[in-house]
Amino acid sequence: MATLELQGLRKSFGETEVLRRIDLTLADGEMLVIVGASGCGKSTLLRLVAGLESPTEGRILLDGTDVAARDPAERDIAMVFQNYALYPHMTVFDNMAYGLRIRGLSRDAIRQRVDEAAGLLGLGELLQRKPRQLSGGQRQRVAMGRAIVREPKLFLFDEPLSNLDAKLRVQMRAEIRRLQRRLGVTSLYVTHDQVEAMTLGDRLLVLHNGHPAQLATPIEVFEQPADTYVAGFIGAPAMNFLDATLTESGRAARLAVGPVLRFPDGPRPGPEGRRLTIGIRPEHLALAAQGLPLAVELVEPLGSESLIHGHLQGGVPLVVKHPGHAPGGETVQVALLPEHMHVFDHETGRRLPPIGAETGAPRLVAAGSDQ
Amino acid sequence: MKRGPDYVTHAVLILGVLLFALPVWLILAGATQDSDAIARGELSLLPDPSGLGIYARVLFAGAPGSQPVWHMLLVSTGMALAIAVGKIVISVLSAYAVVFFRFPFRQLAFWAIFITLMLPVEVRIIPTYAVMAGFGLINTFTGLWLPLIASATATLLFRQVFTAIPDELVEAARMDGAGPLRFLRDIALPVSAANVAALFVILFVYGWNQYLWPLLVATDPRLDTIVIGIVKLIGVENQTDWGAVMATATLALVPPVIVVLLMQRWFVAGLTEGEK
Ligand SMILES: Nc1ncnc2c1ncn2[C@@H]1O[C@H](COP(=O)(O)OP(=O)(O)OP(=O)(O)O)[C@@H](O)[C@H]1O
Ligand SMILES: [Mg+2]
Repeated sequence: MATLELQGLRKSFGETEVLRRIDLTLADGEMLVIVGASGCGKSTLLRLVAGLESPTEGRILLDGTDVAARDPAERDIAMVFQNYALYPHMTVFDNMAYGLRIRGLSRDAIRQRVDEAAGLLGLGELLQRKPRQLSGGQRQRVAMGRAIVREPKLFLFDEPLSNLDAKLRVQMRAEIRRLQRRLGVTSLYVTHDQVEAMTLGDRLLVLHNGHPAQLATPIEVFEQPADTYVAGFIGAPAMNFLDATLTESGRAARLAVGPVLRFPDGPRPGPEGRRLTIGIRPEHLALAAQGLPLAVELVEPLGSESLIHGHLQGGVPLVVKHPGHAPGGETVQVALLPEHMHVFDHETGRRLPPIGAETGAPRLVAAGSDQ
Repeated sequence: MKRGPDYVTHAVLILGVLLFALPVWLILAGATQDSDAIARGELSLLPDPSGLGIYARVLFAGAPGSQPVWHMLLVSTGMALAIAVGKIVISVLSAYAVVFFRFPFRQLAFWAIFITLMLPVEVRIIPTYAVMAGFGLINTFTGLWLPLIASATATLLFRQVFTAIPDELVEAARMDGAGPLRFLRDIALPVSAANVAALFVILFVYGWNQYLWPLLVATDPRLDTIVIGIVKLIGVENQTDWGAVMATATLALVPPVIVVLLMQRWFVAGLTEGEK
């Protein structure tokens, strides 16, 4: 059990800068989920913490001590790899026991710890099997077991569920969360899965090209995305973006497609005509008797709801999530619900909070030192 | 698709087997027959049961003027084992260094090894002889195998094998606290067991068949390998005891066959247990 603190962490491979200034603090027992597109540096961040790579700049503090100079094995950190990385020639028992043997634990202590972890993970029957005799989910569990028996200060997970089928993923997701809570081990969890990102962590870090785009609770990230990148990345189907300009002395936005929407939460700063991007999630659009005409291109029935893909006038794409079955017809009328809209500056893509409410804006990583 | 027995395939296979087995059968049978008849070219396909004693004779007493076959087999086996084991040890270690460590001139080291592939033993045999003479290893058992244990081919092969070990496995071992030697012993080698076994067979046979180097470095008859022994038997054309030659040649097959059979089990086990 430990706290983890990253200070000004940077990493370049030659000329390419993969991570630029990551600052973050994890409280004891906290689980932080890191999401981002492929190649944004998630694995690199984990590998820096693990000690498999050394940072170009910055410090990594585990329980307040700088571990930069330590070997991976001396950091007391366990990692669960995407492909499990089980030793193929060893039994499940030996896979879990290997690290403990190297640490020189007694036979009895090893057996006790492995048995305990196996019990926790339901692997008791499988201890004498080789990895190739296990299913994907069981291998995943052995990989978890190998991390657990070490009783480390920190767990690192690098997309541990991405090789499992959908059903197993749901099951293992719940199991990981349960285990992490129960063991109370501080954890970093990398994923590119929306649901894992929303449900698994106490807080969520969205990485964008090696930048920390937002660090907040999952709900906060969802409800108050810091910029258009985060807004588009979190939530499925992705948020719709519409061009607009500021009007009515900052009290409303005039959409390029026509209507004027008044901000329910107060005026935005800036001159008349300031360019904005308005974001509205598909579930916050409703079919109505009167509204914007949407030329329907594709309807995806998901059972309890339908996704309607189409174009507004001028070719602006829009997705609507409609509860129940979608009506037939080539055009539907869509109503925008202003209370759910997100306002971003068009140039920077940053969220534009109402005047006087800046303090309530989503905290950015550099400022966020909540412990 | 349901098919009856595939006659063509079987015919081809049987033909192949016959093609390989016939010469072996011929020396097996020929050894028991009258030497003069063989010299006249009258070789029968059927062994002569009364001539079976020839095997015991060459094995324990040897043909006139040569070492007993058991002694030559011993020398050959020792030499082939030393060469195979030595080559594996050296090439595993050098491939391990090249694949898993970053050090100055790593690429240079690799290419230096690679280039020696192009140089057959015969090219460097004179300088090698000079070096061995300098060490005083002429006419010693050590001199027989020592210069043959460096192997560019095996190094390359193990380099491929080690490169195929997933990075995540290496990293998992690092996080478990395995140092370089422990990783080699506990993970890299067991994971490559099938390749080690296969290579051992190939290298053993390679060592077994060495002719030129043993001929050069050891003139002491007590260091005669079985290959040299056979050649010496044939030596004088008109009085060659063909029965003895054939019996010796047959016996010379036994150790490599044993190695192949033993390793085959290992080899299959390695293939089915290792999973990458
Ligand atoms: N050893 C390396 N040398 C050079 N570039 C590297 C190295 N490792 C990673 N990179 C680069 O760093 C960037 C980030 O890689 P990283 O593996 O951290 O991405 P990721 O966010 O984990 O992506 P994914 O979701 O696909 O796993 C990539 O552009 C990658 O090409
Ligand atoms: Mg990755």
